[in-house]
Amino acid sequence: MPAISIHSISKSFGEVKALQNISLNIEEGELFGLIGPDGAGKSTLFRILTTLLIPDAGEAFVTGSHSVYDFKEIRKKVGYMPGKFSLYQDLSIEENLTFFATIFGTTIEENYDLIKDIYVQIEPFKKRYAGKLSGGMKQKLALCCALIHKPEVLFLDEPTTGVDAVSRKEFWEMLKKLKSKGITIMVSTPYMDEATLCDRIALIQRGKILTVDSPENLVTNFKKPLYALKSDDFYSLLKYLKTLPSTKSVLPFGEFLHLIRKDETDEKKIEKEILSQSFSGVEVKRISPSVEDIFLDLEEVKV
Amino acid sequence: MNLEKDEYVIEVNELTKMFGNFTAVDAISFNVKPGEIFGFLGANGAGKTTAMRMLIGLSKPTSGSGTVVGFDVLNQPESIKKNIGYMSQKFSLYNDLTIRENIRFYGGIYGLIKATIKEKTEEILQELDLVSAANKLVSELPLGWKQRLSFAVSMVHDPRIVFLDEPTGGVDPKVRRQFWEMIYEQSQKGRTIFVTTHYMDEAEYCDRVSIMVDGKIDALDTPQNLKNTFGANSMDEVFLKLARKAKNT
Repeated sequence: MPAISIHSISKSFGEVKALQNISLNIEEGELFGLIGPDGAGKSTLFRILTTLLIPDAGEAFVTGSHSVYDFKEIRKKVGYMPGKFSLYQDLSIEENLTFFATIFGTTIEENYDLIKDIYVQIEPFKKRYAGKLSGGMKQKLALCCALIHKPEVLFLDEPTTGVDAVSRKEFWEMLKKLKSKGITIMVSTPYMDEATLCDRIALIQRGKILTVDSPENLVTNFKKPLYALKSDDFYSLLKYLKTLPSTKSVLPFGEFLHLIRKDETDEKKIEKEILSQSFSGVEVKRISPSVEDIFLDLEEVKV
Repeated sequence: MNLEKDEYVIEVNELTKMFGNFTAVDAISFNVKPGEIFGFLGANGAGKTTAMRMLIGLSKPTSGSGTVVGFDVLNQPESIKKNIGYMSQKFSLYNDLTIRENIRFYGGIYGLIKATIKEKTEEILQELDLVSAANKLVSELPLGWKQRLSFAVSMVHDPRIVFLDEPTGGVDPKVRRQFWEMIYEQSQKGRTIFVTTHYMDEAEYCDRVSIMVDGKIDALDTPQNLKNTFGANSMDEVFLKLARKAKNT
């Protein structure tokens, strides 16, 4: 039995189709990523799975329980960290954690094992009000509160949005540890680079799933001719490549431009072509795609 | 755009901000040139927001000195506010006004005359391809469009410099790139861009990048030079090497 099973779920808010016929299975113990930008429908799906919203159509099951009919069962078994910080700002770290433990009929001591690695990092400040914490500390406290009743499934809605690159890396290391303890984790993120840290991912855009697979398979199955290019004048090179009939798409990716051509060509030939336009410092190489390349390409095709 | 003769758009020396006995910004010094895209990076809690608030006239430095577009950060914060553009991390257009009304409103706030406001409104609508949507409420726009509109509105009074505080957080990867094309375009027109971001690929798009750690600027150079100095393949690696040793986060 999958830990989470979603069958043809749709949900609209007025004219906005937040989710359109979504189906997915997430296995027990899996670290599953929902990857997509703001407005893709990620939070709506989380709210349906955590029984906070009723879908317009379709059904969802979490640890075998129906999201509408058995909502009380689900609430006992899942941990949920919403996208918006929603702990009590006027309670201290310790008070927040005790509060959540009590609500679920347990104590901090009983499940201390599970949160220990994370909690020790914020314990020195345990008398501080949650409202006075830095972003990284709030995030750690929210994770502790979502874990304190030892949930079978953990839902994390954009836990790393607005968090700096270092704290983001640390957060993913914590998730890996939780996974090793057998907890199923569904996590959403707008950062495409985090996708590679998941067992499987769903790329989601405007309420539709573009694809579901492991990050490795997505990369292997991408067959389009993709090149990374740079020159001294980055912006002019971008504008020039856009005018070429052989260009399918060209987009900035950090220090390089990523070019998908309509045909496979030798790197040297492309380089020669660009050099003939009096660009200097030109570099061209054939590359394999990142998840972000794949997302941008699928978006073009499907939406 | 007067003050053209000034060499630097931002010039600060030992700028410091203390809250009680906590030093949030610790004697930072740097200059920003006209037309430069200046990336202002740092971990959460490193002091970026506090430093930026001093530069835009919202917070008085405890010590140190500096000028922004030729005005003194200690004594002329009101003149600074009038002469810079600022796009806050939090969306700050009015959701219950239309696109056209928002542009008019901000034009008025910056004291533009009616004819200029009219001209600017048409220019922004054309540039953003929003002519047909001009009378729609801003709340109906997707996030990416809102961000591009905010950026355009922050320049309605044609400032020499625009401060962008995490303009692309959570935004669609495609729109994120369109946003950066707008930044390039403005920089080519000679406008200075001061930008913060958590996306390390965006750090590569900047002419120069500064990285704050525990209130100090630990590194400031072109992305290429920073990578060479730290023996790193990407800005992500440079950032991790510097920020990992931070204590304030």
